[in-house]
Amino acid sequence: MAEQTTHYYVPSQSHWPIVGAIGLLFIAIGAGMAVQQLGSEAQSGGWLLTIGVVIIIAMMFGWFNDVIKESDQGLYSAQMDRSFRQGMSWFIFSEVMFFAAFFGALFYIRTIAIPWLGGASNNQMTGQVLWPEFEAVWPLVTTPSGDTTTAMGWQGLPLINTVILLTSSVTLHFAHIGLEKNNRKQLTSFLAITVVLGVIFMLLQAQEYVEAYRHMGLTLSSGVYGNTFFLLTGFHGLHVTIGTLMLFVMLWRVIKGHFSPDRHFAFQASSWYWHFVDVVWLGLFFFVYIL
Amino acid sequence: MNTATTTPEQHGAEHHDHKPKGLMRWVLTTNHKDIGSLYLGFSFLMFLIGGAMAMVIRAELYQPGLQIVEPNFFNQMTTVHGLIMVFGAVMPAFTGLANWLIPMMIGAPDMALPRMNNWSFWILPMAFSILLASLFMEGGGPNFGWTFYAPLSTTYSPDSTALFVFAVHIMGISSILGAINVVVTIVNMRAPGMTYMKMPLFVWTWLITAFLLIAVMPVLAATVTMVLTDKYFGTSFFAAAGGGDPVLFQHIFWFFGHPEVYIMILPSFGIISAIIPTFSRKKLFGYSSMVYATASIALLSFLVWAHHMFTTGMPVAAELFFMYCTMLISVPTGVKVFNWVATMWRGSLTFEVPMLFAIAFIVLFTIGGFSGLMLAITPVDFQYHDTYFVVAHFHYVLVTGAIFSIMAAAYYWLPKWTGHMYHEGLGKLHFWASLISVNILFFPMHFLGLAGMPRRVPDYALQFADFNQLVSIGGFAFGLSQLIFLVVVIKCARGGKPAPAKPWEGAEGLEWEMPSPAPYHSHTTPPIVK
Repeated sequence: MAEQTTHYYVPSQSHWPIVGAIGLLFIAIGAGMAVQQLGSEAQSGGWLLTIGVVIIIAMMFGWFNDVIKESDQGLYSAQMDRSFRQGMSWFIFSEVMFFAAFFGALFYIRTIAIPWLGGASNNQMTGQVLWPEFEAVWPLVTTPSGDTTTAMGWQGLPLINTVILLTSSVTLHFAHIGLEKNNRKQLTSFLAITVVLGVIFMLLQAQEYVEAYRHMGLTLSSGVYGNTFFLLTGFHGLHVTIGTLMLFVMLWRVIKGHFSPDRHFAFQASSWYWHFVDVVWLGLFFFVYIL
Repeated sequence: MNTATTTPEQHGAEHHDHKPKGLMRWVLTTNHKDIGSLYLGFSFLMFLIGGAMAMVIRAELYQPGLQIVEPNFFNQMTTVHGLIMVFGAVMPAFTGLANWLIPMMIGAPDMALPRMNNWSFWILPMAFSILLASLFMEGGGPNFGWTFYAPLSTTYSPDSTALFVFAVHIMGISSILGAINVVVTIVNMRAPGMTYMKMPLFVWTWLITAFLLIAVMPVLAATVTMVLTDKYFGTSFFAAAGGGDPVLFQHIFWFFGHPEVYIMILPSFGIISAIIPTFSRKKLFGYSSMVYATASIALLSFLVWAHHMFTTGMPVAAELFFMYCTMLISVPTGVKVFNWVATMWRGSLTFEVPMLFAIAFIVLFTIGGFSGLMLAITPVDFQYHDTYFVVAHFHYVLVTGAIFSIMAAAYYWLPKWTGHMYHEGLGKLHFWASLISVNILFFPMHFLGLAGMPRRVPDYALQFADFNQLVSIGGFAFGLSQLIFLVVVIKCARGGKPAPAKPWEGAEGLEWEMPSPAPYHSHTTPPIVK
């Protein structure tokens, strides 16, 4: 802490936060109504949600634009840079905890809930009285109430996707090295490759979902196996989408000539985010697909 | 840095007491003092709304039988009262105090991320508007208790549950962003020489609180997400027929919920650790042990969640583990109470309003702690679970604990915030009225619970009538007493005896070295701390 910074830049007023708050208001009401209107004709919720998302995107453009301008004017000190970096690190930590909750649910279901339903521990009568036919196995392809589904294997698409995502982390690292050595060509090309790999990952993931829904009878509502599979991979997919968008914006800014070897917080933050998404996938591949 | 180009922003920041005017000052502000005031004002408004709901509850329970509200509306009142008091009153009040005080205490010009600070605040009114509006929807608002246990919140919940879920999501975003700001401010913005072990305890406790917030608010988000998909998208996380388990809900919820209760008490410890030494005119006894005790409490808070679930049929080994871990928490908490008392020991005590609230905190919070210890004993909890004994316990720690400490903080720092002394007589009236009524309100609940009265019921058996009447009278009196506080604050903000830079003889800390009221921009050049 506490090098002798002469000035910590404190922006005076900004209208972006209140725009963001209104955006979130629209998103929350819109999403809530859209969910309530599922299966009905009404579409007002979806519209409100869309408006909210557009407002948030506008806010991000405007807000980050202000930040970039201020940074270009040299208003930021090294201390400010640390604030940004630490802020992003803690944000990623909060994301880790979000996934941790879903992984925790998965572990609980696999090691406690399912065996108990099958009569383990002190639940012998549960097994005999409620669902005597129930077999406590994982993947749970037959639920206690008798719905059946198929489990997703780890070979094929998931394995390919693992290789793609791991490769993308490496290419992103090369891009970063390029940035630090001020080798713009290396930076641009490796960043572009990373974005492409991200997009391929998403397409293959979508393909896998189509496969699951059309041919395997594996859906979001296929008992706890389908629940945990789709929520974990779905939230991961959402994060890959966000990460790819972030990297795409970075690519766009790189092409416009932004960033220098010692000033590239936005690039750094997006790259941290991408590595985080990659690590989450490793956890998913191991605990959701293989084990 | 490039000084040739001056942006409008820069211009504003460099004119020290240039305050923007009008409503937009508050909407667009990036100033930690403005945002602190917004948080505190919002929190008090929520305190009154949540309090009004408590009045409805106590009015219905004044007599046995159903006389004022429908059972379903009663359930909505208990639910929304809890949600508002936890997320709308106590947490924002602490965040408001953090905003006002942390930069002044550590010698920082503002919070580390001032614009994000504004965003964190303005999300809250949005979230609570949605929550309150859902009460007026067809089918009613949330009625499943603030803990929203499945299947009450899934299979049996009202249509508006989706709105509840997304309201919780955005208030979670607000808390996480606010907490990130606090951590980064404390880690990165301390003035030269302000080492970690020189920080005021309020800053320390908030650092640890913010860590807890970042760690567990996402878990709450995941919980409500699973509730949402269970209710609307056909998943069965919490339904045995699909292979899930309703007990899973409780595990995930309380993994969030237990650290959450420390989020609502750790900053109190910081406040009390500032006030007791001031009015004892002694240094705080055992500063470093206070820091370590706070950290231990925070770490233990991740290992005790299932003590809320002793009656769910967990294996005995798990019950024992959670029982012993819970009891272990009384060790660091005991260290704290001991240190406060030791600070007062042979001190030169005076009893201004902040000190009165602080002493009441120590005594009454300890009572809440003891009833918590009783609840921690598994076999005994089988008897107490879901009775008014639990209600008495957590209101002792939250009302006479958290809320009393917030009141103490408000009286203690009001002169610094407003530049005026508050009216000591009215403040004392507020204190004594609150102290007496709060005990009439909550103490008999222990007896009701021990006698077997369940919580969250609109009607009860005849033998509970007398105590319930007494409790309701205490409740109305406590509610009315808080209006005195409103008067004190308004009077103080508008005028009164001018406050000196350091109105309290024994006070220590950077915030007392600047004039009262604190200038709009303080510590623009960091002070050197020796």
